[in-house]
Amino acid sequence: MKVATLTQAKGEPLSEQQQHERFSEPVENGTSPAASTDQSLSGRSVVTLDDLTTAQIQDLLLKASYIDTHRKEVAHTCDGRILATLFYEPSTRTRLSFETAMLRLGGNVIGFAGAQLSSVSKGESIGDTLKTVSNYVDAVAIRHPKEGAALVASQAASVPVINAGDGGHMHPTQTLADLATLKSRFGRITDLTVGLCGDLTFGRTVHSLIETLCRFGNVHFVLVSPDELKTPQYVLDRIDETPSCSYEEVKDLVSVIADLDVLYMTRVQKERFFNEDDYLRLRDTYILDAEKLKLSKPSMAVLHPLPRVNEIAVDVDADPRAAYFEQVRNGMLMRMALESTLVGDTLPGYEDWSNKEVAA
Amino acid sequence: MEVTSITNGIIIDHVPAGTALTVLQYLHIDPATAKLALIMNADSNRYGCKDIIKIEDEQDVDLDVLGFVARQATVDIVRGGRIVAKHQPNLPDHLVNVITCVNPRCVTTTEPGISQRFHLAHSERHEYRCDYCDEEAKL
Repeated sequence: MKVATLTQAKGEPLSEQQQHERFSEPVENGTSPAASTDQSLSGRSVVTLDDLTTAQIQDLLLKASYIDTHRKEVAHTCDGRILATLFYEPSTRTRLSFETAMLRLGGNVIGFAGAQLSSVSKGESIGDTLKTVSNYVDAVAIRHPKEGAALVASQAASVPVINAGDGGHMHPTQTLADLATLKSRFGRITDLTVGLCGDLTFGRTVHSLIETLCRFGNVHFVLVSPDELKTPQYVLDRIDETPSCSYEEVKDLVSVIADLDVLYMTRVQKERFFNEDDYLRLRDTYILDAEKLKLSKPSMAVLHPLPRVNEIAVDVDADPRAAYFEQVRNGMLMRMALESTLVGDTLPGYEDWSNKEVAA
Repeated sequence: MEVTSITNGIIIDHVPAGTALTVLQYLHIDPATAKLALIMNADSNRYGCKDIIKIEDEQDVDLDVLGFVARQATVDIVRGGRIVAKHQPNLPDHLVNVITCVNPRCVTTTEPGISQRFHLAHSERHEYRCDYCDEEAKL
């Protein structure tokens, strides 16, 4: 606001709203009728989970549940659609999940995996690539090592863009997979004691999960990490700002594991460190094995965004508390729900089914 | 300490002590060419110590930028040797191309043609974060 403008427009409202679509608060919708969520999300991009209301997240969770039990009915939902997976850095699991999701809905997939295979090796900008690819496809999933790349992509593209991970910043569909796993294990995503263990400084999945659970409320967080990898202040502030949520920070996993409903393990990621010595020193700080698991509740769920290195011993895999491979499946289901919603295709039979579910 | 008053221009008062040159830099006012007086580390009843910037012939100052770099400052508009208006800058909701993101992993370091955009993340702490990577702004 310039002084000259202010002086001339004395008495006028001083609102100069620099419209920035990403930061306009999505309208919260108290109910979750399938049709209205479809309409409001159709054609939209999902760069962070703040782009979705809590009602829309709940509806996507319900859709994932429907898809899981109605695979044949939804197999032609996206017939004729094409998804582009633009992966500027390798991530086999996430790319295959996005691609399988579209293929299982009847659509097709194009894309690249690795910047050396794309025009970026010739110096093309993200914006130009997206403006080009928008002409070919109905939706884009982008993964890029630079933080904020998905926002740049969504601003340039004329089709919906899904952030499949932008550096250490955001990875919204991983959080959707986490929420779907909590929902399938507990039937709810509130009233839980959630332990998060390992790298809580650089772990974007942890920050995103905490912030999203705070939006739904009624969660107690137990933050287990060494001093060097503690949760950033802005994430703690987010918990503090939520009256129904609370947290405690501890260094010892064994002392708190019996209290937890959920234990979210994380990998200390080598690529997030500038200094290899720090990485090697902190890598082996917490390892979950069958012996430690014995101390936990029989109903506890162990989650991990994968891939793991050594933070969960292989002998934990057979334990019913291990939920991390379920998370992978839930990730695909949530991506199916998201992709079909963003391109505006209705899941056959879902509306009737969801009305009965909500009524029940 | 006396400095000749200006006739037509702007007085930026209550600038945090020692920061006047930084404020000029962010306001894109070049001290090598502008007709201005800087009073630095002057006594202040309100803050103990302050800087004052007087700029002759300047008609305009970006209050959004001033709100970001010198929240406590006040702006007096001088016409014909008299103060005709006073303004208090507010913390702006957004900053565009005022500061640069310091995060080496931010997309703004490599993507051509995009603005440096920040948003007010926490008004009490005067905390701004990059629209793209959420890194906290640093002056």
